[in-house]
Amino acid sequence: MAQKTMIQAITDALALELEANPDVLIFGEDVGNNGGVFRATEGLQEKFGKDRVFDTPLAESGIGGLAFGLALENFRPVAEIQFFGFVFEVMDEIVAQMARTRFRMSGTRTMPITIRAPFGGGVHTPELHADNLEGLIAQSPGIRVVIPSNPYDAKGLLISAIRDNDPVVFLEHMKLYRSFREEVPEEAYTVPLDKAAITREGTDVSVITYGAMVREAIKAAEALEKDGISVEIIDLRTVAPLDIETIIATVEKTGRVVVVQEAQKQAGVAAQVVSEISERAVLSLEAPIGRVSAPDTIYPFGQAEGSWLPNASDIEAKVREIYEF
Amino acid sequence: MAKKKLNPLDFEALLADINADFPTIQALDKDGKVVNEEYMPDLSDDEMVELMTRMVWARVLDQRSTALNRQGRLGFYAPTAGQEASQLASQFAMEKEDVLLPGYRDVPQLIQHGLPLKDAFLWSRGHAAGSAYADDLQAIPPQIIIGAQYVQAAGVALGLKKRNKPNVAFTYTGDGGSSQGDFYEGINFAGAYKANAVFFIQNNGYAISTPREVQTAAKTLAQKGVAAGIPSVQVDGMDPLAVYKVTKAARDWAVAGNGPVLIETLTFRYGPHTLSGDDPTRYRSKETEGEWVEKDPLTRFRKYLTAKGLWSEAKEEEIIEATKEEIKTAIKEADAAPKQKVSEFLGNMFEVKPQSIQEQIDIFKAKESK
Ligand SMILES: Cc1ncc(C[n+]2csc(CCOP(=O)(O)OP(=O)(O)O)c2C)c(N)n1
Repeated sequence: MAQKTMIQAITDALALELEANPDVLIFGEDVGNNGGVFRATEGLQEKFGKDRVFDTPLAESGIGGLAFGLALENFRPVAEIQFFGFVFEVMDEIVAQMARTRFRMSGTRTMPITIRAPFGGGVHTPELHADNLEGLIAQSPGIRVVIPSNPYDAKGLLISAIRDNDPVVFLEHMKLYRSFREEVPEEAYTVPLDKAAITREGTDVSVITYGAMVREAIKAAEALEKDGISVEIIDLRTVAPLDIETIIATVEKTGRVVVVQEAQKQAGVAAQVVSEISERAVLSLEAPIGRVSAPDTIYPFGQAEGSWLPNASDIEAKVREIYEF
Repeated sequence: MAKKKLNPLDFEALLADINADFPTIQALDKDGKVVNEEYMPDLSDDEMVELMTRMVWARVLDQRSTALNRQGRLGFYAPTAGQEASQLASQFAMEKEDVLLPGYRDVPQLIQHGLPLKDAFLWSRGHAAGSAYADDLQAIPPQIIIGAQYVQAAGVALGLKKRNKPNVAFTYTGDGGSSQGDFYEGINFAGAYKANAVFFIQNNGYAISTPREVQTAAKTLAQKGVAAGIPSVQVDGMDPLAVYKVTKAARDWAVAGNGPVLIETLTFRYGPHTLSGDDPTRYRSKETEGEWVEKDPLTRFRKYLTAKGLWSEAKEEEIIEATKEEIKTAIKEADAAPKQKVSEFLGNMFEVKPQSIQEQIDIFKAKESK
């Protein structure tokens, strides 16, 4: 098996699905000849031609509408939004159109669309490139939000998303693209949607998180282990809808929980996890639920990211607090 | 000459007719010769020298910014070399009280409009202090969301009109930006309200790697203004005098209460899209670049001014040196900016702080004092 970065795993998944199904189409700004600004679609136009992999005019709402229309014609669009901060331009198509179509047409139509976009902080991009906006989509019924934390999952989850008949917003954390490698099989395989992963088993405190924060949680867990604190890490993988079963099982196992997200505190996914736990497992809790997140400001200017983004030591401190409660 | 009446069902003829309507306006050819007296602006010798000085300043700023970025001393940078006539000659036609709504590449106009160079550097570095604009700077920070400043310009323009101010809102986007919904909405609103706006499309041929032909089937981008019912012009964007002339006329027209004008400038950026990893060799050839270098706005203006005895190599050298000094000083000032604090960001979220924010300010103050 080859060692691959997350971006290579993503390119792999796209190539395999283009190959396997002539209805799969890839489009977006600069995805063709340029291979995307992060090179996720590198070489795909060359290999599959301009009919299957093509550049669009610079208009996100148009890209969303194109995906919607092509899906009605039974294609399987895989559209790229160049950076997820630009999602506001296509919000109507995603949450008010694609996400509603199965429901409003009584299941007579499907929307097999995958919207891919880089997101997430810590790489010094200009404004509106890094924002963690997953909570916005996660609040909207009828659409999945999938966020891989490693190359193996990225490939398997992306293949699942492309094959799924409902719309999926697939978010790729920029910091994870090239920061490490992992064994990734050459062939196509799937990782199921809507299923969280138990990244690390533990008995004292559960850390529930996703995306780039999984790696921060692993660092924190390794540091805590030296002090005899055993941390279980749950990687949500699909942040909407949530895998409630796995969440409740870990809460019942450890009785102590810290929920971690890179997004601002008031921005979504962690709040939903906390609500599910308090509704379903409050009697299993031995301590209040801890939360680690970014503060409630606009995503800050590049130079300030370091002190703004949550990190391993924030997680470590919060786990200690909950453990010692 | 009156137009021939066309058969409305002859679609081919209709298309050809539209395409014939937008000639490129030019005053100076690439050798600095006047080719069209009609499009020569009414500028004094001093003013022409000042415009050339600003263009040289912009070229040096571009070279130095590129170098500083590569040394890690600047952050985000979108190169501007090649676009000096389009950027500086258009801004030269504006008054200080006119309101600039720039895109990420329009930093030279912003500085000429009054933003201290040090602040432009801070903005590039991702420092909040670079966007704390003085009250009398009639501009907002460069817009990242493509097209957003177009709809906003329509709003500013309507505001200026309602207040009876003899000023315009002026804004820029690229050929790529002219595909955005906001672009059409902006020109249409400003047209509908006959608001005081001058809209620019800087057509440099590419939106990152995507060639202009992929953006639209329209032969010119200027013609997009027709549907909004506003006068629209295509101008040689490598010709400073033509750009100035057209802009000045557009401004006069808008200030007089006639509504907005759309100007497409045909230009080119020599460098990559930004210095964040774009590689232009993936999407354009050396020949293409060479063809544009022959049309260079500095070269042609230099030739024109030199022939008139208004310019010399020594003078240009002096400007280059002065600009380098100015940049050096501004970088030092930027280096001295205080470290940013999350507690201060939190303080800028609302005028009256809610409990959640107050609590977070306390948490970060404690962290920051360690
Ligand atoms: C809404 C939005 N979509 C995409 C981008 C990413 N992006 C930044 S610049 C650019 C190309 C812009 O091309 P053009 O408008 O022609 O202007 P130029 O950069 O050539 O001056 C793209 C796609 C963005 N900043 N905002």
